[in-house]
Parts: sequence; structure tokens; C-alpha cells
Amino acid sequence: MEIIKRGAEAEIYRAEWRGRPVVIKRRVRKGYRIRELDDRIRKQRTKKEALLMMAARQAGVHVPVIYDVNLKNHEIVMQFVEGERVKDVMDEKDEEWQKRVCREIGAGVALLHGSGIVHGDITTSNMIVWQGHVHFIDFGLGTKGGDAEDMGVDLHLLMEAFKAAHRNPHLFRWVMEAYETHFEGATEVKKKVEEIACRGRYMKG
Amino acid sequence: MISLGIEGTAHTIGIGIVERDRENCTILANCSRMYRPEKGGIHPREAANHHAHHLPSLLRQAMDESGVPIADIDLISFSIGPGLGPCLRTAATAARTLSLLLKKPLVGVNHCIAHLEIGRVMTGCTDPVLLYVSGGNTQVIAFMEGKYRVFGETLDIGIGNCLDKFGRAIGLSFPAGPEIEKLAKEGKHYCSLPYSVKGMDVAFSGILTACLHLMKKERMEDICYSLQETCFCMLAEVAERAMAHTEKEEILLGGGVACNRRLRDIVTTMAEERGAKCFSPPDELLVDNGAMIAWTGILMHESGITTELAETKVKQNYRTDEVDVPWR
Repeated sequence: MEIIKRGAEAEIYRAEWRGRPVVIKRRVRKGYRIRELDDRIRKQRTKKEALLMMAARQAGVHVPVIYDVNLKNHEIVMQFVEGERVKDVMDEKDEEWQKRVCREIGAGVALLHGSGIVHGDITTSNMIVWQGHVHFIDFGLGTKGGDAEDMGVDLHLLMEAFKAAHRNPHLFRWVMEAYETHFEGATEVKKKVEEIACRGRYMKG
Repeated sequence: MISLGIEGTAHTIGIGIVERDRENCTILANCSRMYRPEKGGIHPREAANHHAHHLPSLLRQAMDESGVPIADIDLISFSIGPGLGPCLRTAATAARTLSLLLKKPLVGVNHCIAHLEIGRVMTGCTDPVLLYVSGGNTQVIAFMEGKYRVFGETLDIGIGNCLDKFGRAIGLSFPAGPEIEKLAKEGKHYCSLPYSVKGMDVAFSGILTACLHLMKKERMEDICYSLQETCFCMLAEVAERAMAHTEKEEILLGGGVACNRRLRDIVTTMAEERGAKCFSPPDELLVDNGAMIAWTGILMHESGITTELAETKVKQNYRTDEVDVPWR
């Protein structure tokens, strides 16, 4: 096993599982959290993440295939998606690529929301382009059965992520165009996004 | 350059006198008075009256403490926002008066950024993620592409406000944080509370409600303990997410709630576990103070910023990411 990333809450390993190249996501113990809280959070998030990824796949969204879940070690074994992180490459690519990928992001989020899945940490760091398609990863903060409010928070987060990390100001508009074509409830969620943006501290509502 | 800074965004009126010598910051004076309501929370008008009442004596005290002749002051800095309107206007009026009287330039300073800049210069960290935790504000701020950007913040109330409101419900006076910290030390049993992290944002109002419900059946010490552990772990988690996201190796604390030792321990442990470092200025520079305004005023002025009298209208909703940062 080779560690490929040490994230804020989990360690990501590259390994082999029954002959397949896999990624193992292991939620590590946080020394700053008291035991009760730490156990609860790690177990809950591992379990929820696995369930959400399976639901997302059923909804037709590209996500890594899950091979195994180990709740004792807080581990998920999943398919190795070997592509480029959208966050890393977005600004370098031409506009045509950006437009296509943004549309696919919008369509992906629409499919998730359409089946009640809220990602919860939807930034371009959590999207990988592999075999021509945007794959969504890291569902650790997601929820199922979300309402327009939760989806609004999701989209608001994505909007902020685009604003903070990427230069081209049109990107999010392309995401939203695709989102609206692929999700019936888009209008309601869009309204929520505006409402949520005003709710933040010191916004000119 | 010597700057006189006036802080007056909320409950505290403060005057600081600060000198810059190359990259060094010397605090010549830093004094303040805090408005403490007899009951309930901050009443903006009462707080402003308090500030107006104390400003003249505070100014004299600061001048005496610094030993600087008033003619040697080069710059008047003041907190232009964000904050409570009446308080901001009181501080701004004092700043304008001094500026006209002494014929010195004025600089309006963003309060949140002042917390970050004083922390940076006093602790020696260079490019930190700031976890800014006070009564009204809870933000995770870091410098990226020319601006201080807010990576995460509270979606409802500030952490200090959450602690104060719970404190008020159990009969503690304002500010309730220090008392809750004491009670929490006696807590042993963790009562399950909602844990509300959304990406890099947090929300506290649900936790507050849950704590109020627990009052009937749990020990006060245990509730305080659970409240602190839950809220502070959420803060450490979003701070860590911001560090991972921005790939920064330093975490800086700011705001009055950062005086809480348990919060500092939690954030320090978080930093150590990821091979990063945690920085925290002394308590008197964590809470609202004039020195941080004075220092940030110097940074701004020396990079060419002056606030003309006509532009000194206060900004209650002044966002951190609205500020141009030519000094970095």
C-alpha cells in the first residue's frame, strides 16, 4: 500500500485488491477529538459515504465503484480513478474543454440532486476527469433525502469554490445551464442559492 | 511611522498606539473599555453611548502610556467595519475629529483583517489560515490571489454568540465564554449533540437549541463540556479543511473565543497531527483592540492607501474579501 494523499480527514492509499488497482480511503483518528465524538463521526461518515456512492452510481453519475467497506477500520475500498483533478487543470485548459466539463459537472450535480443526493463538499478538488467523464469523489459529508435547502447549500458551496479557485468567471454559469436542463427542481434550488448567499455574514441582501 | 488606532465595532472601545520600524511592530499603548450589559446581550445604542463616554479618558490614558507627544502621531486609523452601526459611527467620529485636529491622514480598517495582521506580525507566522472566532464573527480566512478570502464561515450565528446565548439561558453574565470554559472542565459525560459541518462552513444554532433541551436532564457541566467539544471540533475540522485546500502550513488564531484554552489545545493538536504549526498572539491582542487597527492602518497607508474624509462612512456589512491587499 502506498499513500497518495493525506486529506483533512482521511488517508488515501493506492493498493491492489483481488488483482484490481484500487484506492483505499481510511478515515484516521483525530487526536483533537474526544473518543466518543471521533468514533461516531468516523463510523457515520464511512457508512454514509459508501451508501451515497452506490446511490449516485445508480442515478447514473460517474463515481468510483465500491469493492469493499470495512467499518472497523473506517475504510472504503474503491476503484482507482486515474485522471486529472478538475481543480488542477481547469485554468490551463481551453474554453471548449472548460465548457464541456462545466456542463458535465452541472449535469452530474443535477442527477445527484434529482435522486435526492446532496454531495456536501462539492468543490473542483473532488472531481476527476477520467476517460472523458467527470467522476465525483469524496461523498463523506453528503446526505440522502435532502431538500431544496440542502441542495441550495450544495450549489452555493460549488459557486464559492469556483469563485475562489478558478479564473474564468463564466464557468459557474455553464454549470448552472446544464443543471437547469437536467433537473426539474432547479428553479427552486436556484432561488435557495440566492437566499443562502444573502444569509452569510455581511452580505448586501 | 506611528499610528493611533481606534477600535469600536461592538462591545469594546479601544485605542492603540503602534510604531512600525521596518518589519517590526512596537505596541506603545493598547488600552480599552468593555461595555457589559446588566442583562441580556449588547444593546447597540447603549454600547455606543458607553464608547462615547469613555473615549476622552481612554485617549488620555493611551497618550500617557505611550509617552508619545501627540504631534508625533503620523496616522489615525479606525475600524470602519464590519460591526454595529452606532458603535462604528462613534469610533469613526472620534477618528475624524482627531484627523482634522492633528491634520493627519485617516485610514479606515477592516476589523477582521486587523485580527489577522496583528496576529501575523506578533507571532511571526507568514502565510497562515486564520481561524477567527468571536462573538459576532466566525470565519476561516486565508490569503489567495491578492485578497483575503473567506473559505469557511458560520451559516447562522457566531461561535461566541452561541456560547453567550447558552450562557444567558443558564444565568451566566456576558460574556459567558470564560464561565462555560470553567464549567466544562468539570464535565465528564459527553452528551450527543448535532455536528454541523457543511463543506468548510459551520452552523451553531441547532447545537444551541439541542443544549437548551438537554438542560432538563443533564448536568450543566456535562452540557458545557459537550457544547465546547462539539463546536470546537467543528472549528478545527473546517480550519483543517481550509489548510488542506489552500495547502498552507500555518494556522493562526484570532478573536475573543480564541482565549479559550481548550480551543487552543484542539487547534494546536490538529496542526501538529498534520505537521503544521499553530500560532496565537497574547490574549490582549486576540480580543478586540486598538493596536491591531493601528498596525493594519500603517500597513495600508504605507502601501498608498488613505481614506478621504468623504469616504469614511462606516460599513456595517464590510466583507473581508472586499478589501484590496496591496501590502502583501
